[in-house]
Amino acid sequence: MIYRTLFGDPGRRFKTSAADLEEMRRQVDRLFDVFGTRQAGRGGAGVYPAINISEDTDAYTVSAELPGVKSKDLDLNVTANQLTLAGERRISEEAADARYHRREREAGRFSRAVALPDDIDTENVKARLADGVLTVTIPKAEKARPRQIAIQ
Amino acid sequence: MSDNQELKVREKQSFDAPAEQTKPGPVFTPSVDIFETEKAITLLADMPGVKADDLMVDLRDDTLTLAGEVSDNVKTTGEKVLEEYQTGRYYRQFSLSEVIDQEKIDAKLSDGVLRLTLPKVEKATPRRIAVQVG
Repeated sequence: MIYRTLFGDPGRRFKTSAADLEEMRRQVDRLFDVFGTRQAGRGGAGVYPAINISEDTDAYTVSAELPGVKSKDLDLNVTANQLTLAGERRISEEAADARYHRREREAGRFSRAVALPDDIDTENVKARLADGVLTVTIPKAEKARPRQIAIQ
Repeated sequence: MSDNQELKVREKQSFDAPAEQTKPGPVFTPSVDIFETEKAITLLADMPGVKADDLMVDLRDDTLTLAGEVSDNVKTTGEKVLEEYQTGRYYRQFSLSEVIDQEKIDAKLSDGVLRLTLPKVEKATPRRIAVQVG
């Protein structure tokens, strides 16, 4: 889709004029817009690990699938507006005479930062790593939670 | 494989069932490592979100089947803000060419990784037969 809007008009590619450059600049800007306002459920940032974020009335939940990553190899940090998860996935060395038939699992380092909204309570962030799934619960700040108002 | 390598994000592979699924929801094929030594075949499979109780390993007629259900607590609640991966069942089958000692199969599940050891049936130790000159 992007490809077509950029290059789909072959007659114009060979003309170079100020107007064309301006047009190109606008189209590149649009391309960045497309990536900037990506809809939920449509692709990802392309950074390991893939994450899901959900929101309910009290908290945000960030989850990631990290099979084989031990909690000691995972480094989680939260600042006022950013959550970073970094670590390393290790794959144990096997016997020297092991002949591999398939090798689809990968080892390596990873690092990812997630921007957080400012209405969060960084003091009470909780993380859990179970069965290879990391779940980080980030409570919303008191002022951001809905409050029931009693009717007099 | 270097340990310093940066991990790349990979999309989970959907499982294309030969038959139609009766249960709704996506099915994925877990990534596996399979290696063989003289004594055993070992299979490692990434199945994040699967608990030991929800994992089925089955070997019959030389077909090894792995099937795992994802427990409810990994399913997200609330409104989805960002969804980069989906959760669902895992399913994958392999056909084995070696004869496996069914009694000694060992399966361990830790941190979402299944380690399955399939010992080969011990063959008679090779014996050299002396040929007499007649």
